[in-house]
Amino acid sequence: MTLIGVGALTAVGFASVYIARQSVISAASLSYAGVFLGLYLLAHLVARATVPRADPYLLPIAGLLTAVGITEIYRLDPTDAFRQGLWVVIGVALFALTLFFLRGDYRRLENYRYLFGVGALFLLALPALPGIGATINGARLWVKLGPLQFQPGEIAKICLIIFLAGYLRQKREVLAQGRLKDFGPLLVIWGGAMLVLVETKDLGSALLFFGIFLVMLYVATSRLLFVGIGAGLFLAGAVVAYETVSRVRERVTIWLHPWTEQTVYCATNGRMELRQNCASYQLTKSLYSIANGGYTGTGPGKGTFSTTGGDALIPFLNTDFIYSALAQELGLIGVSALVLVFMLFVMRGFRISLLASDGFSKLLAVGLTFGFALQTFIIVGGILRIIPLTGITLPFVSYGGSSVVANFLMLALLMLVSNRANALRGIE
Amino acid sequence: MNRGITRVATVALVLLVALIVGTTYWQVWASSSLAAKQDNAIQRVAQFTVRRGKIEGSAGKTIYATNLRRKVKGQTLYFRKYPNRGMLAQTVGYSTQERSRTGLESSLNDYLTGTNSNLNTVLKTNLDRLQGITVTGNNVFLTPDPRGQRIAQGALGTQCGAVFALEPSTGKVLVAASSPTFDLNLADKPNFLPNVSKIHANCRPASPLVNRGTNALFPPGSSFKVVTAAAALDSGLYTPESSFYDPGYCVEYGKRVRNAGDPESPEQFGTLTFSQALEHSVNSVFCKVGIRLGAKRILDYSKRFGFYSLPPLETPENERIASGLYSKGQLYYPSNNSQVDPGRLAFGQERMIVTPIQMAMVAAGIANRGVVMRPYVVDRIEQPNGSLVTRTTPKMLSRAIKPQTAHELNLMMQSVVTGGTGTAAQIPGVSVAGKTGTAETGNSGINTTWFIAFAPADHPRVAIAVVLQNQTGFGGTTAAPIAKTVMEALLERP
Repeated sequence: MTLIGVGALTAVGFASVYIARQSVISAASLSYAGVFLGLYLLAHLVARATVPRADPYLLPIAGLLTAVGITEIYRLDPTDAFRQGLWVVIGVALFALTLFFLRGDYRRLENYRYLFGVGALFLLALPALPGIGATINGARLWVKLGPLQFQPGEIAKICLIIFLAGYLRQKREVLAQGRLKDFGPLLVIWGGAMLVLVETKDLGSALLFFGIFLVMLYVATSRLLFVGIGAGLFLAGAVVAYETVSRVRERVTIWLHPWTEQTVYCATNGRMELRQNCASYQLTKSLYSIANGGYTGTGPGKGTFSTTGGDALIPFLNTDFIYSALAQELGLIGVSALVLVFMLFVMRGFRISLLASDGFSKLLAVGLTFGFALQTFIIVGGILRIIPLTGITLPFVSYGGSSVVANFLMLALLMLVSNRANALRGIE
Repeated sequence: MNRGITRVATVALVLLVALIVGTTYWQVWASSSLAAKQDNAIQRVAQFTVRRGKIEGSAGKTIYATNLRRKVKGQTLYFRKYPNRGMLAQTVGYSTQERSRTGLESSLNDYLTGTNSNLNTVLKTNLDRLQGITVTGNNVFLTPDPRGQRIAQGALGTQCGAVFALEPSTGKVLVAASSPTFDLNLADKPNFLPNVSKIHANCRPASPLVNRGTNALFPPGSSFKVVTAAAALDSGLYTPESSFYDPGYCVEYGKRVRNAGDPESPEQFGTLTFSQALEHSVNSVFCKVGIRLGAKRILDYSKRFGFYSLPPLETPENERIASGLYSKGQLYYPSNNSQVDPGRLAFGQERMIVTPIQMAMVAAGIANRGVVMRPYVVDRIEQPNGSLVTRTTPKMLSRAIKPQTAHELNLMMQSVVTGGTGTAAQIPGVSVAGKTGTAETGNSGINTTWFIAFAPADHPRVAIAVVLQNQTGFGGTTAAPIAKTVMEALLERP
């Protein structure tokens, strides 16, 4: 439990150091640290009251990541940091509510698994509905309600994981024998989700959902064959998508050849341009940002993200590309530490899954944890050109309300599972 | 299920480890090649977070390049400012936001940004970075004499041309004036090239960006006779007293090559010595000498003065050009004597084209008893706190001719100024050695004129080359007075 205190100190220390390093030191910036500490303590107290035996690492790690994210967002744009702060408040509130309502037995969720499945589909389809859906940055995955923008996909991910955990727990034996008719509901809900995702051109999420699905199926059935079939299907789908969907083809081309010697057709302005000045502008500039960090980084607040005229050099720096901002300012040492923190969280998540006593809990924890790891890999790997780049948020760190809320819900569920597992094992 | 979970955990860990490996690749392995990319917008701005070193005169009183501090979105940026506008502009060069750089701003960029490999600088730059202090580059101090430079630029005025002066005993550049010049501050303003092309001068295009001292080739005319004379005397085939008869022309390939002046009534000097032939710049004599020496011997002597190589200097290689024979735009060295007309080469025609710095090196080599010193324009480089990073030590470039030959040539060149074509370069109380040059341009009446000189002749402290384009006068009437004015100024320096 002392770890929580340590975590709090780290988080606050991080935040205040960061903010103090800004050239403008004001009461406002320091109050961020204060508010943050307050929120963190509140979350901690709620957790102590509701899930006293939960894994002690999770909340501090989440706090640390959130702190790193919000300070970097503050450094990039203080107004965004304020909004992000509000979303963290909402996230913590939902975190507390979830813990409170499910403190008895979260496994009640299993009873509503189909509701969650259909709910996931509904949430995913929301942006496609006329009137409330909004297309931002070429992908239709936003819902606009008055002044509020929301990306329901993030919540849908958690709903889907709950559905899969429930359904797979129930059907794992029969599924393992390969009875096709039991795959029905699974395929309907999952296939529907994929269809909607591809339709809304949210490729990063499609990949994420697919990965989570395969892994949960594998853990439930222990049949590597399913993973093989799934991977085969994925490859086939990828080839078809490459041939038919121009957006996919473009992403792959950017990935393989971000720099060109000769000018190529540029779809955004209809002229001939070097690819690094057109389609792969964002990726190459982000790589330049990372490269500029070197071993030690430029130091917090000292990175270069805008032109000499003050315009932003890299679009979406504080959402999808926050990693490249951090890489420049913290350097290899800093971001490696950050990735290690992600690893620590992932390790604790899998440990919870291993210790959990029932199938639903195990599957839920595996789904949530692997989703967390895979999401991190998809966005950072995309930025690092390990895989084609698809827009998705970096958990806890990126700017984005729906992402923050979803991550705190995930945290709450993991802590509930952990609390029960530890309580049954009789340890604190 | 636990076995499956363990496997999935392993996969997840591998994925995350791949991220660290990937980050390492970009931040360590590929970092420098990315930094060098032309479209690297981050570097384009990041360069301004470094306080670039200043470029100053050697005494530190004249500042050629410094910085303007400005805050942009909470980030302190340093923009280049050139307080002396057109002074030494082509040598100092510019550094723009688009990362286009010229002159010393380009070739010394590593020093100016503190990224040179000198150990002290490496330590300091990294310490500054870790402490979050603004990285400050090294300061560069230049050898040119600010007063001499200003006077030379003023004397050139709106005439296209150059003045290049060296200290013969060291190779130190004293003046590097190229005309027309331009305000370096224009380089980072919009419409740089259109604005610069509006600069008015007596040639078209005026090309103010070209460093005429090191990167422009001009026909040397009779100033090249000094090189021929060096070959003639040093080879032992002639002495200053060698006697010639000048009929007003020289016969080459069965055709008459006339002396300079009106082709209908060529100047005729009758019987005269080799020394007098230089004094009065008699083409027919040099034509004969050239035929006897052969083109290759003359060219080989020119090589000893530095022809056929890039003139050594700290500016970028592509801002210097080698002197020599040129054929079809390429430097050309004949494989045998018959390929080049030796008579015309001897008095500076025949596809021979030269840079002012090269002709200054010729004058300096003769002045320095036959030893050509390596020209240098950077006196020293210091860290911001004043501690020395590097100081240029004078180095010998080549021994061009014997000391005895140099002595004889020195006397012959003095006679040019005392009683020959170069009397306009006389300085009261100072013995001056020099040689005029007037090269026809093909447009009748329009010449490229030269004067190369050194002074005081008995103990030279200044060697100079002056070239002017599009002149109606001769080297002795147009270039010699400028050489005189600039040498006077340079001799007054302590």
